[in-house]
Amino acid sequence: MDRNSNAYTFIFAVALVVIVAAVLAFTATSLKPLQDNNVRNEKMQNILTTLNITSEKSEIESNFNLYIKQQIALKSDGTIDANVNAFTIDLKKEIKKPLNEQRFPLYVAEKDGKTFYIVPLFGSGLWDAIWGYIALDADKNTIVGAVFDHKGETPGLGAEINQQWFGDLFIGKKILKDANQGFTSEGNFVSVKVVKGGTPDDNLHGVDGISGGTITSDAVSKMVQERLSNYLLYFQNN
Amino acid sequence: MSDKEKLFSKKNLQLLKDPLDDNNPISVQVLGICSALAITVKLEPAIVMSISVLFVVTASNVIVSLLRNFIPNRIRIIVQLVIVAALVILVDQVLKAYAYDVSKQLSVFVGLIITNCIVMGRLEAFALANGPWKSFLDGIGNSFGYALILVIVAFLRELLGSGKLFGIQIIPQFFYDNGYQNNGFMLLSPMALIVVGMLIWAQRARNKKLIEK
Amino acid sequence: MELANLFVKSIFIENMIFAYFLGMCSYLAVSKTVKTGVGLGAAVIFVLTITLPINYLLDNYILRQGALAWLGTEYVEIDLSFLSFILFIAVIASMVQLVEMIVERFAPALYSELGIFLPLIAVNCAILGGSLFMQQKDFSTITEATVYGFGSGIGWLLAIVAIAAIREKIAYSNVPAPLKGLGITFIITGLMAIGFMSFMGIKL
Repeated sequence: MDRNSNAYTFIFAVALVVIVAAVLAFTATSLKPLQDNNVRNEKMQNILTTLNITSEKSEIESNFNLYIKQQIALKSDGTIDANVNAFTIDLKKEIKKPLNEQRFPLYVAEKDGKTFYIVPLFGSGLWDAIWGYIALDADKNTIVGAVFDHKGETPGLGAEINQQWFGDLFIGKKILKDANQGFTSEGNFVSVKVVKGGTPDDNLHGVDGISGGTITSDAVSKMVQERLSNYLLYFQNN
Repeated sequence: MSDKEKLFSKKNLQLLKDPLDDNNPISVQVLGICSALAITVKLEPAIVMSISVLFVVTASNVIVSLLRNFIPNRIRIIVQLVIVAALVILVDQVLKAYAYDVSKQLSVFVGLIITNCIVMGRLEAFALANGPWKSFLDGIGNSFGYALILVIVAFLRELLGSGKLFGIQIIPQFFYDNGYQNNGFMLLSPMALIVVGMLIWAQRARNKKLIEK
Repeated sequence: MELANLFVKSIFIENMIFAYFLGMCSYLAVSKTVKTGVGLGAAVIFVLTITLPINYLLDNYILRQGALAWLGTEYVEIDLSFLSFILFIAVIASMVQLVEMIVERFAPALYSELGIFLPLIAVNCAILGGSLFMQQKDFSTITEATVYGFGSGIGWLLAIVAIAAIREKIAYSNVPAPLKGLGITFIITGLMAIGFMSFMGIKL
């Protein structure tokens, strides 16, 4: 058959497309469960890391179910929306919605008989998205653990936020100015700031910034402040 | 004729050896730099990237070479692109399923293997005119040439930039205690270009016939 | 304002060449003179600006999970994103072909300038890279995607014209022989990229 005829070209193209589509569809569908599982596992592991729980790949799911007692989706007025599964909330999409339609996921964990509250974070860094999880003690004021990650911050500078030492800086810091006053009283919620040029150890509301990564550090401060502020009403009432 | 040639005749071995030095795809043919540099901050992604490219180049070389007498000339480029893209999707899916962490680090650069000029360049220049076995060797040779540069660059950048290899601390603490500092500059992307420039310099100083006039 | 910000960012901060090294192959091969550099750069702008909106529509109405919802509720769960590479590259290749034919038919003068560069573009990493970054960045409107494409194209043109100008000059300099040509170009590009890093963090 003439290799340059229209009919041949057409038949060849169709055959190629059919074969390629079949092969790809087959691989994609057969690998999909594994891929989804990876994403789930990563999320669970990140949440558990804030409480200093590390697990083997095979144990992540069972550990998660063991420690995380409640997964709640909050409305902006601090009440619980029972119709939403907190784990499936995609903060990236959620943040783009108007405030009263947003749902804020909160994980309540229990470890060694104590209760902890884990808040997922999401914001934009210097180049791209940054996110993380921050765990609060039973008093909902003291930070007991934090993990951060990023998509594309500058390697060696802003990218350091995903290192353990950076998250560990947050441990022991407080988000309230005065623990005896309420979460919602004016000016009492001060969050924790990442301070350029360092801060004394006894500053309860600041951690050392990453030198050379000022914009990423600021972005982390902003993200922590912004996300936590959505939970104050719930913390106050419970 | 190629049928009578031995599998590893001198000419065939040449196909493997040439791209490592005299005809290196990156430093001499100037192909496939795009995706090469952005992922050389650490050794691990660089090696995974090399393996992915090895697979895509070799497999597409063989497939196109097998089909070379059937592909309609008019839609040649698109057919090649479709084959390459399909192979890249396979790689991407497998990485996402079995090497999730690395696949996150490589992000869009896996997809960019499609337009990695090495792949199309070898298809056009070699596979369309040669048999499958030769194309196979050519694919292997070229991807090793590519991998060689990638690994050297990643090795230097990770070692000098963060004092680690494969994420394991190599430079002993003793050095840091005595004032040694990691060169954070090596981690920035422009350094990849400069390191490759230096490699080309070194290679050409040794191999004079490559010098441009 | 958002758009202006995105525009500036895509030209300077996320410059395709200096920040991501995309389209290096043609960048190195075609940057020997300013004239050819401008030609290729213009073609890149053109193709990026056309393909990004098309791929944006494909991504949002066909490929990603839930994108097929407009067909009916039973299609909501379908996730075709594994096909994105192949569809994007097909769109790019066919657009390049189409543009080539249109330009040849209606603007022969432009064709004789741009013509030889167009086929090169289908395999220019910057074009596919633009689409993949667009998918990753998850733009909310098609205008954003178009502006991003246009800006990236301009950034690319800027880079290639700058290096071509330097190369024209450096041809007369006394560069060590083994470093001539490719080697020195790499190093200059690296230095320029360091320069471009100072744009980092700029916001309008």
